[in-house]
Amino acid sequence: MDWTALWLSLRLAGLTVVVLLPVGIALGRWLAYRDFPGKGLVEALIALPLVLPPTVFGYYLLVAFGAASPVGQFWQAAFGKPLVFTFDGLLLASIIFNLPFAVQPMQRGFEAIPPEVREAAACCGMSPWRSLLRVDLPLAWPGILTAMVLSFAHTLGEFGIVLMVGGSIPGETRTVAIAIYDRVQAFDNAAAAEMSTLLLAISLAAIALTFAFSRRIGRKLG
Amino acid sequence: MIDAPGFLIRLRRGALALAAVSAALFAPARADSPIIAGASDLQFALAEVAAAFKRETGQDVTLSMGSSGNFARQIRQGAPFQMFLSADERYVLDLARDGFTRDEGTLYAVGRIAVIARHGSPLRPDGSLDSLAAALAAGGISRFAIANPEHAPYGKRAEEALRHRGLWEAVRAKLVLGENVSQAAQFATSANTQGGIVAYSLALSPQLVARGTYALIPEEWHSPLRQRMVLLKNAGPVAERFFAYVKEPASRAILRRFGFVPPVDAN
Repeated sequence: MDWTALWLSLRLAGLTVVVLLPVGIALGRWLAYRDFPGKGLVEALIALPLVLPPTVFGYYLLVAFGAASPVGQFWQAAFGKPLVFTFDGLLLASIIFNLPFAVQPMQRGFEAIPPEVREAAACCGMSPWRSLLRVDLPLAWPGILTAMVLSFAHTLGEFGIVLMVGGSIPGETRTVAIAIYDRVQAFDNAAAAEMSTLLLAISLAAIALTFAFSRRIGRKLG
Repeated sequence: MIDAPGFLIRLRRGALALAAVSAALFAPARADSPIIAGASDLQFALAEVAAAFKRETGQDVTLSMGSSGNFARQIRQGAPFQMFLSADERYVLDLARDGFTRDEGTLYAVGRIAVIARHGSPLRPDGSLDSLAAALAAGGISRFAIANPEHAPYGKRAEEALRHRGLWEAVRAKLVLGENVSQAAQFATSANTQGGIVAYSLALSPQLVARGTYALIPEEWHSPLRQRMVLLKNAGPVAERFFAYVKEPASRAILRRFGFVPPVDAN
């Protein structure tokens, strides 16, 4: 069992969720309540990673974040290390790639709130922030939770992009999915089987937990 | 209706937990041992050298194995390796010319290629590749594995040897390409192919000896696999020590056991 790789994957997934939580709430709420020209395009852009082959996405990231690119050079100058083949680059890629998994369930959650409820909150003189904390978030909670679990589980399983922009650097970019691939290449099927089983168990537990939790909330709301 | 104050308390508690978790996540779990990039043909040999190094010095190195071409590209992009053992010296010399390494490094071995087939395959490996030619002519080969010639040195040498023997056109449509030579070996000894051409060092490893048989291909059939290692710009003292250790007789003996020929000239 490659514990370093497992911890790295958990860190990557955890941080992706931490960053995407506020981003997803802001974007999901904006898309749920506002109508504006070009909204379809914005939604399409967010959904793009769902259909784009990970290698295509990885290729563009490699070009956009690479040592020769403006972004890569800025990062190198600001932080003294490259973006590609580092954990930071992997995190950035993971955040972008998980946008649809975070935004879409949250948007559905906010859309499900009846407009009367939000209007009542506004009429009662609630500030937008209070309304977010007291009305929107409690009601959209199942969607937000689903988004968090999906992003987490999806990050654990991501392979193509990690291979393209991560390489397989132990403790830096070798996630557990890559470690499984490496172990198979090294004829170490026992270790590959161990890690695969663990990943399977974690993914299953994550999904089962969301279903159980959203059912509980659903009952409470109903 | 959900009770809002209760939710707020839980939200606050959740936010606190989230903050604690993120603080823990941001603390890097970086291994402090130097990371050594090694060509896939060293998959088993380098692990033994590293274990011997640890016994002798008590120090750890972290190994990352892959295709030499990929590592060269990653090093150019700033990957944090401290030492690079390439299966083809061209990659090291190019990196040296462009200022990514300390110097031009040292030749550490010359590699050979071998044809392999798993036990029970219709292909009986022989060094002259006569049986491969016969099997191809008889339609007995549906899939044949080599490493990707575009970025894996052993794949390129396999292509050269097949061209030399006049089999390239016949085998071309049957090829499955491993991302590196270790994956090619895994393909070649699976039940999904009838065989392949891989690094002799891998054919000699216990993992592969248990799975199949092999035969060495004449070295005149391909350009030499002059393997060069080099310290990169950010190499620390442990990497320096490991670099010196690979040149010592103990390491040379391990490499020889895996079929690597010691370099004739010192540099």
